[in-house]
Amino acid sequence: MRMLLAASTAALMLAAPLTAQADGRIDIVVQPEPPSLMLGIVQNGPTQLVAGDIYESLLRYDTDLNPQPSLAESWEISDDGLTYTFKLREGVLWHDGEPFTSADVAFTADVFLRETHPRLRVSLNYVDSIETPDDHTVVFKLKEPFGPFIGVFETGTMPMIPKHIYEGTDFANNPANNTPIGTGPFKFNEWEKGSYIHLVKNEDYYLDGKPALDEVFYRVIPDAASRAVAFETGEVDVLPGGSVEQFDIPRLAAMDGVCTTGKGWEYFAPHSWLWVNNRSGPTANEKFRQAIMYAMDREFARDVVWNGFGNIATGPVSSMTKFYTDDVIDYSYDPEKAKELLEEAGYDGETIRLLPLPYGETWTRWAEAVRQNLTDVGINVETVATDVAGWNQKVSDRDYDLAFTYLYQFGDPALGVARTYLSTNDVDGSPWNNVQGYQNVPLDDKWAAAASAVGDEARQAIYTEIQQEVVEDAPVAWLLELEFPTIYRCNVKDLVTTAIGINDGLRDAYIED
Amino acid sequence: MSVAAPPLPRPTSPLKGFVGRFARNKGAVFGLIVLIAVIAIAILAPVLYPQSPWRMVQRPFLPPFTVDGFPFGTDTLGRDVAAGLAYGAQVSLIVGLISTAVALLIGVPLGAAAGYFGGIVDDVAMRITEFFQTIPSFALAIVLVAILQPTLTSITLAIAIVSWPPVARLVRAEVLSLKTREFVDAARLAGLTNSQILIREVLPNAVSPIIVMASLMVATAILLESSLSFLGLGDPNIMSWGYMIGAARTVIRTAWWLSFFPGVAILLTVLALNLIGEGLNDAFNPRLSRPSS
Repeated sequence: MRMLLAASTAALMLAAPLTAQADGRIDIVVQPEPPSLMLGIVQNGPTQLVAGDIYESLLRYDTDLNPQPSLAESWEISDDGLTYTFKLREGVLWHDGEPFTSADVAFTADVFLRETHPRLRVSLNYVDSIETPDDHTVVFKLKEPFGPFIGVFETGTMPMIPKHIYEGTDFANNPANNTPIGTGPFKFNEWEKGSYIHLVKNEDYYLDGKPALDEVFYRVIPDAASRAVAFETGEVDVLPGGSVEQFDIPRLAAMDGVCTTGKGWEYFAPHSWLWVNNRSGPTANEKFRQAIMYAMDREFARDVVWNGFGNIATGPVSSMTKFYTDDVIDYSYDPEKAKELLEEAGYDGETIRLLPLPYGETWTRWAEAVRQNLTDVGINVETVATDVAGWNQKVSDRDYDLAFTYLYQFGDPALGVARTYLSTNDVDGSPWNNVQGYQNVPLDDKWAAAASAVGDEARQAIYTEIQQEVVEDAPVAWLLELEFPTIYRCNVKDLVTTAIGINDGLRDAYIED
Repeated sequence: MSVAAPPLPRPTSPLKGFVGRFARNKGAVFGLIVLIAVIAIAILAPVLYPQSPWRMVQRPFLPPFTVDGFPFGTDTLGRDVAAGLAYGAQVSLIVGLISTAVALLIGVPLGAAAGYFGGIVDDVAMRITEFFQTIPSFALAIVLVAILQPTLTSITLAIAIVSWPPVARLVRAEVLSLKTREFVDAARLAGLTNSQILIREVLPNAVSPIIVMASLMVATAILLESSLSFLGLGDPNIMSWGYMIGAARTVIRTAWWLSFFPGVAILLTVLALNLIGEGLNDAFNPRLSRPSS
């Protein structure tokens, strides 16, 4: 119906700026189609995007990562950093009408997610007990202080799961997984596989007047060019970050009535770098690795390859993540300095293998630019072409010299940064751990101390020391803090207000007439 | 439409007659000029553009003929398209010539043996040839390159492997017809061994169709390499025309020249080789010459 309408008014729309229709409906691209919407079991990107409207957690986070109320009205952390007390909002109902209580929280954290959520399990290991003194109070007691704990109450990290549906069942095979029940502003209505997922307004939502939208269609469009066209023709209103190719963004952003924002990724803070093999070859030499840092024109990469989106990474921690410092060695583009360092390192012209990330044209161009930067200072670089499986294999087997990658940071260095640099994480077989083989054993203690120090000031002090030391060692070659802009019609307001952007943004979003 | 009289045999040197017949085909002469130009550009590429074609030298997306020294503009990263075209010529010619040479090295001996010895040798050789002929050649080339990792060597090899079967069949057919000629009987009576007869007497007489076919094979190989590179299966360290088009297709709406010029380069080179092939065919087979009105 709406598509017919869109087609028949296409001629008009060419003249007037495209706007989302003020009928309370919004169409958003989801790419690729999520395997499931049961956020407690599947936590990949597309699932988080859609299910973030259905499920909620105790807290939300603003774009500076400060906790905000969600299912918890208020919270308190004891001075010793061991007790977290949450006061839950009253009158919250599950989508099937059952009341949401502290028992659901205890079940979710203590039983369900411990079994199904590997990333959260690391944090849950610090939890000694979860107590529920009354229906609307939850107390988490930790075994030892764990600073990042206040950051794990995000929808994709700790989605609240209804105890009355899942208790005592086989979680992975519960038929209820196909009809997800949460407390969120939208209810699941229909999923036409390969075409769309339809969510409708939760009429009983606990915030007055929210959500403002009546229905949401998450549209599955497998081809990137078609997704761009769907946006151009007005068929969809929102392109989440990463759903169109980078080179299409300037064209779409230049259209009338189209807005873009790079915000809404602060919790993930995608951070890109080159794995540099510290184990053998010229790259084992610290001076050689520093030379790579000076040789790369990262401003060019940001402005040309990424169309100006993103920031230059100064070190292991993203500027969007907590406890970042820029008080570190400045590796600004300086090819002369790179040549000097290469000389000092005694580089003899040995060929270095570069593994691009096989994620499309943008990454291919980036690898070409970096290869040329390195060639310009006299490093012999050979690109090894590979597909995703081959990339995983080579990186897991440490069969590379330089390899592109990017990882999420999850708001806190202890959650998303330490894993890359801990010497104990230098275990073959994973493309996500200490792949470069960085062996700085004394630093392991500092990472641990920083995670368990009480108070942000104390943690910042240790993380500053860590960053200064790691940046000097240059175990990897940091590239950019990536930005995946969200592209949307300007009359969609308040779409991105939190650190996870449109994942939980539809609660507050509305369409301006 | 007038029918030209067949050329009268004149007491000239065979080479001169050959050149004359070739030159009578205007298209072939045009093709030859284009090919010589391409070869010259390929050889002179390092002189004309001492810097690597991968080097970012100017603002990205410079349209052609807007900035001095960049007649064909710059690409998505600010690399000189003209330099890319010159180095791409090297790649195209190297891949075309070497893969054709390898294909001939496989196809000629196999076809000759099959045609000359016949029987079981023929059966085995032709079944192998048919096996390769039944697989779509481009699909096979993609699979080979994907398995072997895309490098210049593997691409050349893959193209050679998919190109030799027609050669084998052609040579076999030629040898089949030649081996019944009287001079072969004479050679046999003179006591020459089979291999001597094949190499000294039969094959030299089959050379002209092979040369004609080889010129067309070079053209096909250039197209194959371009197609592979277009699909992203090229050697990532080598600037080729196919790569340039493949990388530019994503920005075709904003920067037409990035795919247009390499496209023209491929078109001209392949056309030139085809015209030359036709000219060679005319020159080798004077009696088959079509009337040129």
